[in-house]
Amino acid sequence: MQFAVLQFPASNCDQDCVYAAQALGHSARLLWHKSNSLAGADAVIVPGGFSYGDYLRCGAIARFSPIMQAVAEFAAQGGSVLGICNGFQILCEAGLLPGALIRNRSLQFRCEMVHLKTLRHDTRFTSEIPANQLLRLPIAHGEGCYYASPEELAQLRARGQILWQYCDAQGQPSDDSNPNGSVESIAGVINEAGNVAGLMPHPDRAVEPLLGSADGRWVLESLVRAVQRN
Amino acid sequence: MKAKIHITPKKAVLDPQGKAVQNALAHLGHTNITAVHVGKYLELELSPESEPKAALESLHDACRRFLTNPVIEDYQLVIE
Repeated sequence: MQFAVLQFPASNCDQDCVYAAQALGHSARLLWHKSNSLAGADAVIVPGGFSYGDYLRCGAIARFSPIMQAVAEFAAQGGSVLGICNGFQILCEAGLLPGALIRNRSLQFRCEMVHLKTLRHDTRFTSEIPANQLLRLPIAHGEGCYYASPEELAQLRARGQILWQYCDAQGQPSDDSNPNGSVESIAGVINEAGNVAGLMPHPDRAVEPLLGSADGRWVLESLVRAVQRN
Repeated sequence: MKAKIHITPKKAVLDPQGKAVQNALAHLGHTNITAVHVGKYLELELSPESEPKAALESLHDACRRFLTNPVIEDYQLVIE
């Protein structure tokens, strides 16, 4: 299993993603944003960071880099793509995922552990997460407030595209457990076809107990399982 | 010739920055302000030989595809 981890100027979780893939016993290759090929990778991770300095809007410039053309083609052919944090922002900007991510309601950069509720366990990104198991993952972002218009939100709900919600330790989404003001406490979504997903929390930074949580493994293991099934 | 683009958050989108500025204005005694919306202003310098109508059309395309995110932002574009 070979992951491609994209690398933009000012990506800063690219090495974390490589480490996470290796911790799971797989290999990962870093691909520079100017590359126009995914070099035969089985799955793509768009990592966190501040690509292109977050200029204009988070992810707005990265989406036009040559590697993103290759990612769009890979996704159109059914390839698995996971965007984490800034990677989620890039995939939304690229139109590969619905909605947008805006400034946190508090205006503060939030760097903490959160609880996540998984709404579907039948996807390539969630199949290995035990039922009723909350995830504990770190967040580190200033612009993670998920927004979609009421009409789009209704569609996301109807199509089951909301994958993760922020919640409290009992699994209840609430204002207090919503770190950034996201509509309906949305932490992550999936595209309609089910092969592209993004989330603001970092599964890549939670792959062993020493890091405070190993819950991120379930997300990455789901992706591995999906590729192996193909 | 210049293109001037004002980008503002859509009315329905949470604008915590505007709210924070409004609160600060209230602290300064400006209590008659009912809402603040913080946006962006872009000024693009166009080559003198640009044809205004064609430039306007292509810049609207650039606004929709790149300079703004239509999910969260509105814009106004003028060429002067």
